[in-house]
Amino acid sequence: MAETQAEKKERKLPAPAVSPETQAYWDAAAEGKLLVKKCTACGQCHHYPRSICPFCFSDKTEWIESSGKGTIYSYSVMRRAPVPYAMAYVTLAEGPRMVTNIVDCDFDKLKCEQPVKVVFKPTDGGPPLPMFTPV
Amino acid sequence: MSIKGKAYIAGIYEHPTRLAKDISLAQIHAQVAKGALEDAGLTKDDVDGYFCAGDAPGLGPMSMVEYMGLKPRHVDSTDTGGSSYVLHVGHAAEAIAAGKCKVALITLAGRPRAEGMATGTVPRSRGGTPTPDEPFEFPYGPTVVNMYAMCAMRHMYEFGTTSEQLAWIKVAASHHAQYNPHALLKDVVTVEEVVNSPVISDPLHRLDCCVITDGGGAIVVVAPEIAARLKRPKVKLIGAGEFVKTQMGGKVDLTYSGARFSGKAAFDEAGVKPGDIKFAAIYDSFTITVLMQLEDLGFCEKGKGGAFVADGNLISGVGKLPFNTDGGGLCSNHPGNRGGLTKVLEAVRQLRGEAHPKVQVKNCDLAVAHGTGGSLGLRHGSATVILERE
Repeated sequence: MAETQAEKKERKLPAPAVSPETQAYWDAAAEGKLLVKKCTACGQCHHYPRSICPFCFSDKTEWIESSGKGTIYSYSVMRRAPVPYAMAYVTLAEGPRMVTNIVDCDFDKLKCEQPVKVVFKPTDGGPPLPMFTPV
Repeated sequence: MSIKGKAYIAGIYEHPTRLAKDISLAQIHAQVAKGALEDAGLTKDDVDGYFCAGDAPGLGPMSMVEYMGLKPRHVDSTDTGGSSYVLHVGHAAEAIAAGKCKVALITLAGRPRAEGMATGTVPRSRGGTPTPDEPFEFPYGPTVVNMYAMCAMRHMYEFGTTSEQLAWIKVAASHHAQYNPHALLKDVVTVEEVVNSPVISDPLHRLDCCVITDGGGAIVVVAPEIAARLKRPKVKLIGAGEFVKTQMGGKVDLTYSGARFSGKAAFDEAGVKPGDIKFAAIYDSFTITVLMQLEDLGFCEKGKGGAFVADGNLISGVGKLPFNTDGGGLCSNHPGNRGGLTKVLEAVRQLRGEAHPKVQVKNCDLAVAHGTGGSLGLRHGSATVILERE
């Protein structure tokens, strides 16, 4: 019922605020690529991306391209919204968990640990947002 | 340096209003300050330390210091959301122990109902320069409810926690709220009523959520020599802890809260154990908030919170751990969407023997008050205090 409504009404996504520190992430999103920051000192990936590694504080971080594959860590369908949507944390194959939405699916069939893959959704005047859909 | 026994809570006040259409924000701060000082038997001119958080109008403490005509030699406007005021009690004790002040006033006020704020269901951007996390979160629509709901969803997945178990937390709060004339929701509810209320964000129902209310409250923390000459029952601070838990660079774990660390610090400092506690004032923005904090404070094993809260275990006179005997945020009051201060107030009432007779815990000589502020599912500040009747 709620999903039928969602099909009729388009959810407008606000544009993310782009900063010099994260420009590359959003430029890549515009090309349909999901980037992750990796630290060359400790070897760990983190999210959201920073220039300084939050684990070892090295400033030797680099962008790598994510496979776009992951699993749902947790989710919640926001029923009390003009257009219901599925808030989620997705665990990327590269390690980090990211705040996102699960889209293009039956919300009533979502499960924790379900495999998903990245898709990009347009925003209102900004770069597209990486979201995920069940595989 | 320990704060154990270095400070006492001498005055408390909770604003009776739940809808403040005709009162200004500054006015509520001043009214609750006046109420708490009168409760303590002190005056405004005795105050030499002032504590407030982001709900106070103006930059940090300055506008309210001016409005109330205070002359503090110590101020602290640390903001960890709804847990700020629990944290302030600890900081006030530190300042008193260090000789920086002797009478610390903590105030909270808010008018989200009068202002028609969509507290829990609309994503909030703070405006101005975005926080570093904002571009990676805000466009996805995180709200207060859905981020706490994700904690509940994962808890259910990992530990088999059920909606019925969560509902028992609301049921217990409602049993207490029926005796509080100021409570917004005074009707006793059943597990069935909670799980049959509309889903706001899976798996949380409307009755899993706290109330939205205007109002506020104040606390006066004093040095031992001041407490000694006052007439009110003495409530001594014996332990305090705080922690900020985050997404940890992408290693977020939604199954526990910062209470794991703030609680341990407070219990260690106090030299007591969760099993010694007679009354627990636990932040209750949602039912899941209570369940996770009870586990993290050590009242039960991680993952066993569902079984712990079920069957009335949190109801005063019925269960083993009476909690939030004023009805808490779930039924009575969540002033300014910040429920930490009112947790300390009910703990003090219990230790003084001034809770409603129907919910007063017998021989209540040791209590914990715990707050969570910010978003349990994004980043939050935890603060715990252990209070003892002397």
